[in-house]
Amino acid sequence: MEIVVASSIGVLTAGGVYLILRLRAFAVILGLALLTYAVNIFLFATGRLAVNAPPVLNKYADVAYSDPLPQALVLTAIVISFGMTAVLVMIALGAFLEADHDRIDMTGEDDARDDDDALSAQGENRA
Amino acid sequence: MSDGGSLLPIIALLPFLGALVPGLMIRAGRTACATFTAVPTLAALVMLGTLAPAVLRGEVLQAELVWLPQLGLSASFFLDGLGFLFAGMILGVGLLITLYARFYLSGEDPMGQFYTCLLLFQGAMLGIVISDNILLLLIFWELTSLSSFLLIGYWKHLPEGRQGARMALAVTGAGGLAMIAGMLILGDIVGSYNLTDILAEGDAIRASEWYLPALILILLGAFTKSAQFPFHFWLPHAMAAPTPVSAYLHSATMVKAGVFLMARMWPVLSGTDAWFYIVSITGLVTMVLGALIALFKDDLKALLAFSTVSHLGLLTMLLGFGSKAAAVAAVFHVINHLTFKATLFMTAGIVDHETHTRDIKRLGGLAKFMPVTALIGTLAALSMAGIPFFNGFLSKELMLEEAAHTGWFGNPWIVPVLATIGALLSVAYSLRFIFHVFAGPARDDYPSHPHDPPFGMWAAPAFLTVLVMVIGIMPHLAEPLVAAAASAVTGAEMHPHLKIWHGVTPALIMSIIAVLGGAVLLALHRPLDRAWIAAPRPEAKTIFDGLVGGIAALSRALAEGLHNGAISRYLAIFIAATVLLGYAAFSGGEMSPPTREILPVPPVVAVGWLLLVGATILVVLHHRNRFRALVLIGVIGLMLSGGFIYLSAPDLALTQISVETVTIMLLLLALYFMPKESPKESGALLRLRDGAIALVAGGAAAALAMAFLIRDFSPISEFHLANAYKGGGGTNVVNVILVDFRGYDTYGEIIVLGIAGLTIFALMEALLAGPAGRRLRARPVPPDRSRDRHPLMMVVATRAMMPIAVMVGVYIFLRGHNQPGGGFVAGLVISIALLMQYMASGFAWTQSRQRIEYHMMIGWGVVIAGLTGAGAWLAGKPFLTSAYGYIHWPPIEEFEWATAMAFDLGVFLTVLGAVMLMLYSLSRIARYAGETVNVEPMDYDPSLTVEQRKPEVE
Repeated sequence: MEIVVASSIGVLTAGGVYLILRLRAFAVILGLALLTYAVNIFLFATGRLAVNAPPVLNKYADVAYSDPLPQALVLTAIVISFGMTAVLVMIALGAFLEADHDRIDMTGEDDARDDDDALSAQGENRA
Repeated sequence: MSDGGSLLPIIALLPFLGALVPGLMIRAGRTACATFTAVPTLAALVMLGTLAPAVLRGEVLQAELVWLPQLGLSASFFLDGLGFLFAGMILGVGLLITLYARFYLSGEDPMGQFYTCLLLFQGAMLGIVISDNILLLLIFWELTSLSSFLLIGYWKHLPEGRQGARMALAVTGAGGLAMIAGMLILGDIVGSYNLTDILAEGDAIRASEWYLPALILILLGAFTKSAQFPFHFWLPHAMAAPTPVSAYLHSATMVKAGVFLMARMWPVLSGTDAWFYIVSITGLVTMVLGALIALFKDDLKALLAFSTVSHLGLLTMLLGFGSKAAAVAAVFHVINHLTFKATLFMTAGIVDHETHTRDIKRLGGLAKFMPVTALIGTLAALSMAGIPFFNGFLSKELMLEEAAHTGWFGNPWIVPVLATIGALLSVAYSLRFIFHVFAGPARDDYPSHPHDPPFGMWAAPAFLTVLVMVIGIMPHLAEPLVAAAASAVTGAEMHPHLKIWHGVTPALIMSIIAVLGGAVLLALHRPLDRAWIAAPRPEAKTIFDGLVGGIAALSRALAEGLHNGAISRYLAIFIAATVLLGYAAFSGGEMSPPTREILPVPPVVAVGWLLLVGATILVVLHHRNRFRALVLIGVIGLMLSGGFIYLSAPDLALTQISVETVTIMLLLLALYFMPKESPKESGALLRLRDGAIALVAGGAAAALAMAFLIRDFSPISEFHLANAYKGGGGTNVVNVILVDFRGYDTYGEIIVLGIAGLTIFALMEALLAGPAGRRLRARPVPPDRSRDRHPLMMVVATRAMMPIAVMVGVYIFLRGHNQPGGGFVAGLVISIALLMQYMASGFAWTQSRQRIEYHMMIGWGVVIAGLTGAGAWLAGKPFLTSAYGYIHWPPIEEFEWATAMAFDLGVFLTVLGAVMLMLYSLSRIARYAGETVNVEPMDYDPSLTVEQRKPEVE
């Protein structure tokens, strides 16, 4: 079972990493979704694996429980990552609607740096 | 220890509090502003005065306020003779400068700003000299750099002011950074950051192998601050500051901070060859070089600036000698230099103010026009020259005496000869200050007609001149103060005897040579000046600018090489670096043998695993077909939920499956407006690189997970399991952790989620108002759009499911505390139920039936959760302590109530509000994109006759 979980983490991480290195916003969002899965399983697995031992207290019998703390952390992580994905989707959508493409590679646009240069040149002139 | 120590934090705080005053008082007029600026300084000075008797008796006053004990950082102060001397100087001169600046600053200068910066600086400087914690001292040290930056650049319209300020900040700031490192090393050696502890551990520090690095780093800080060669160049450029600033910072206080620090650290760091040679050579070289340059400067303030550099060199050299007598001389000269140099700066300011020039070549003969100023300036300059009956003479004699019997590398001649040359040059430029400015024939070509300034302006320098004379004639008056300070420096009881006549000593002979030689040099000034101008000299500013330019170019090249604007490059670098670091950490340790038994893999799990891996691979392969990739992502999420169920995490499974649903819906909605295909962009090589990085990262993550999965550990959740029922009143431990044990986390999480929802809403509003909104409105309706977008079956089914779904949500919410479920899941389930209505009947139709704003829901959720937490305060418990109990409700069974339930309600409302607000925002975009508004719940309603059917409203 351990190898199943570990390999799932590995495959999801690899897929996620490959996708976030793509040049389109949508692929990056997909990649982040995969990475989120990987991270959530990873966090969950830090509590180690247990079968038939949900952390719901049994009043009548003395049974084993799996580690509840990572589960609580992952539960909030799932919800928060949904929020993050939603914000990203919105930003990607906005960028696409504004620019009419969803490329995330900005190397062609050196506007920001040119502005800096212009400013510093201005500074020299004033000096 | 004495009770007086409790005053120290107040003294340290007063200037900072006072810094608020000038900005307010400037509206009441300039005199009022100056007066009120003087109040905090005066108050601090009076308090300091009350501590004087104790300090002069040799007591050390202490006060400690614990701040961050984990870091060894406490706001602790102590006052001994040295600190007292400097604190007195800082406050006393501060008071005089406040008076002087009132008359110096012109009507156009923003005086409130000036005084605010001045008081900030004063507070920072005061903090340095009375801090008992070196971390605190470092903070104040950096504050002096920052506040002096503001003061030097006070005349923002002058480029020299801005450049000078920048240079001063760069040089002293860099030195300050080095000093932080050095101080941390010291603290590490001693094991305490308290100065008093460090001062007691001199032997251990000198014996440490880290002594030399610490020494060099700390000296870098001191040398840059005190403008020692080769860092002296910033001081003359800082002279672009208003003259009160120069008089205060660059003669009396800030540049002495380095000297102070060397004196403070003297018991710990001195006494080794390294200290002796580094400090005394630097000091002597600075002294001679500074004096030489000063002689040939035509700008009055530049002359004084280089003379200050020279005198700071003298002080440094004396401390470098490491003998107790030299320490006495240094302390005494600190006092004397302060009195005459501040006077001279203020005199130069008066000359500048009255004649509108500081160029010595355009001055001369001013004694006739401004006799008072001339008298003050002459007396102070004579003291600087070291003429008998002035205080400068006394400390110079002590210095020469020390120099006379100090040898370098076994040679007894170098130091005395160089020291005499330094003194000689000092006489020459001092005399030049007198003869080329005040003496000589009157001229008629001054830029402005000079006359003596009002009393208020010359009162401060006159007062200091009186001190010059009094100490010069009756040196024993200064003895108690010098004794206290010198004892503090050396850590031994010192009883110096200061007198004018020591008999015919080597020092006296050297002094006579210096005075005569100086007079000769002044007589020869004209030809020497020509030779000096003709000689090639390195220009420090050019070198500095070149250096700064080079560093800036290097960092730009580095930054742009790594950050070229493509996020894929940053991420690739980041991931590769993370994996490498992880590997480095991994290969540095050892693995313990596996301790856990491997669980078996049943066939169902194997199938699920195959589906998950297969779907992931397919997502990667087909990611350019966006719709297909989304479907595959859904498969992965589903497998994940299954895995959570199998591995005993029912809450996670519930959350995962509902989040999955919402996420996919969200992505589908977004995809509606985005291209359905990604073009092929990266080349084979790039894909190979990314593939390699991805495989290595995936392999690393899998190996790490495997490594810990087969080993045991000791979880902290034993506590949670044991206390969930007793303390939290619930049997679902995960839920109890969320709403109780780690309620703070959850509270933070729901706030983040709420903010995310509001962010999306705001983004959408901004988008729709901009060009994107126009583009959306102009968007053509896709031809393949379904004619029946709101089918009858779906409308009917969702209506029927709505109450069921809500009931499921409520049920999940209510059972959450004891069984899998809770606010998070319930919020998601109900939002899915609502969402189905949107999908079935369209956005506008549903919207018009919605009564509660989603923003309100988020707000109420956070408020309810917060109030529930705060309710614990009423019971005198900390925030978010939960309470619970049982009510017996006759028709039903025993019913449990818990405040955690109310908290969970807050979670539920926030999650519901945030999720709905997000999807609502996306749907609103659709409205812009020409989506029609339904009046009827469905497109085709068979119960209506043809006549009854209303057309769609565009």
